[in-house]
Amino acid sequence: MTGSLEVVGQKTSNTTLTIRRIVAYVVLGILVFISLFPFFLLLINATRERRQVGIQFYPGSELINNIKKLFAPATAVAYGSVYRALLNSLIISASASLLSVYFSAITAYATHVYRFKLRKFADTFILLIMMVPTQASAIGFYRIMKNWGLTDSYIPLIVPAIAAPATYYFMKQYMASSLPLEIIEAARIDGCGEFRIFNSIVTPILKPAYAVQIIFTFVSNWNNFFMPRLIIDSKDKYTVPLVLSQMRVAGPQEKDNGVFYLYMVIAILPVVLVYLFLSKFIIRGIALGSVKG
Amino acid sequence: MKRKSVSYAKWGYIFMIPFFVVYIIFSLYPLIQTFYNSFLDYVIDRGSIGGGWGAQTTATETIKFCGLDNYVNIFAKEETLLQSFWNTVIMWIIGFIPQIAVSLLLATWFTDLRLKIKAQGFFKTVIYLPNVIMASAVAFMFTSLLERGGSLFNATSWMTGEDLSILDTVWGTRGTIGFINFLLWYGNTTILLMAAIMGIDPTLYESAQIDGATPRDTFWKITIPLIRPILSFVLVTSMIGGLQMYDVPALLTKDQGNPKGKALTIIMEVQLRKDSGVGKASAVCIAIFIVSAILGIILMFGMNDDKPKKKKKKRRAA
Repeated sequence: MTGSLEVVGQKTSNTTLTIRRIVAYVVLGILVFISLFPFFLLLINATRERRQVGIQFYPGSELINNIKKLFAPATAVAYGSVYRALLNSLIISASASLLSVYFSAITAYATHVYRFKLRKFADTFILLIMMVPTQASAIGFYRIMKNWGLTDSYIPLIVPAIAAPATYYFMKQYMASSLPLEIIEAARIDGCGEFRIFNSIVTPILKPAYAVQIIFTFVSNWNNFFMPRLIIDSKDKYTVPLVLSQMRVAGPQEKDNGVFYLYMVIAILPVVLVYLFLSKFIIRGIALGSVKG
Repeated sequence: MKRKSVSYAKWGYIFMIPFFVVYIIFSLYPLIQTFYNSFLDYVIDRGSIGGGWGAQTTATETIKFCGLDNYVNIFAKEETLLQSFWNTVIMWIIGFIPQIAVSLLLATWFTDLRLKIKAQGFFKTVIYLPNVIMASAVAFMFTSLLERGGSLFNATSWMTGEDLSILDTVWGTRGTIGFINFLLWYGNTTILLMAAIMGIDPTLYESAQIDGATPRDTFWKITIPLIRPILSFVLVTSMIGGLQMYDVPALLTKDQGNPKGKALTIIMEVQLRKDSGVGKASAVCIAIFIVSAILGIILMFGMNDDKPKKKKKKRRAA
């Protein structure tokens, strides 16, 4: 009696499980479609002509022409040079991410390893400021930079990255799980100075955490639109998103959709490639950095 | 030996110097300056002297103390600012509701031990992909697709009832901005929620199933209560992020927030006023700061209630 009941129960739960599984895959399929379809259109349209009507599912023949037009001097005059923009964005993002990771890690190291009076205070303070939106001080930031003659330069875009509360927090968590204090003690006994301990013993241990945070900071700087918009005026200093916004303002006369799509592809390609190669680590990094303590 | 370890303390301070110096110069001082400016009637008038080639631009600054006038202005008198505040809130809600619903659903499915979703790595990679892409590029892409002459114009313009792009209508624009925000963030939220759900003791689900609980029961009675701290974290960070919404609406509407200024966000107003209405723009910034601070404090208190639970989660996630 009980046996047959169990079998019946098993069967119904198996069919509901199959139904749930089908629903889950259908929904996931739709989401994958929604997430990828715009990028598919972007790639296809980058190979097509100036005026495009309707959805096209196969590439056109204009790719070479579009590349020529995108890097032509006329485009540079109208929207800012694409080469320059890529180079400028690379300089800003690379230096900001390296500075940010190194100095935030050394700050996390300070509160992790040393016992000093303001240690607890510093730690809580940094956690608190993590919540403060950068935009909240935007106007003061802009006025001060203007007074110091730093607008239209890269200093306000690079140097502030040194104080990155989120990176600090991530490093701190990583150290708590994988930086035993005994190693530091041992190095001290061997007569190693404090700076050298950090640079040549601790840094290699932190490599995976560095990698994740460099990627995150690089991506957020590469994609940043608000700050460069606030600070940069001259066209030869434009970053990738600023050139993009210039193209957006273009009137219907000079509008060349093929070229614009191609520029978007170039703007997002570096980040997408890095992401696809390292997605495993990046996704693990998101979860690790977010579980709040 | 003990005394020697105490002497290392100075290195703690030395190592923190760059971080704090930079923070004070580039964040704290500007914040204080913004706070101070918000009490000033600080207007810059731009004009030009002469004409033709000899034209010179001039900027006359008028600065005088005006107390809380700016705050009264932005909240009570000036309708565009209040309007942009509501625009921001509405567009945030349009994006956040589907974001949290879809993320909860996906996170539950991915972690369901009986469902056993395959190719999880692929799905996670794809749903997080939009987040690493330039928000401004995504916004530009959508305008290019939706406006007249774009690939999706014919597919979407029927919704307006006329021969117009949906970006020419208020709700079309707001909906598009909300949708882009959803697209950019649902993958991130899913991964956060998954980490939280995986921290729940699996025996809870097993015993509930033995007692005859349906997936719906376990979702509402076990999952939701136990991931409440992460849910409130997601809610609060998303609200703070929503207040700062800029890239997507700015690119989508050419900085103007049209149609009819119904897609103008508060930060877009700040950008527009950075060189003219400094006092008011500062007051807007400070209002954003205060709201974020309140949200942050609520979050901190909310999370402190669940200390023991949280500890467990941290260990599992690590």
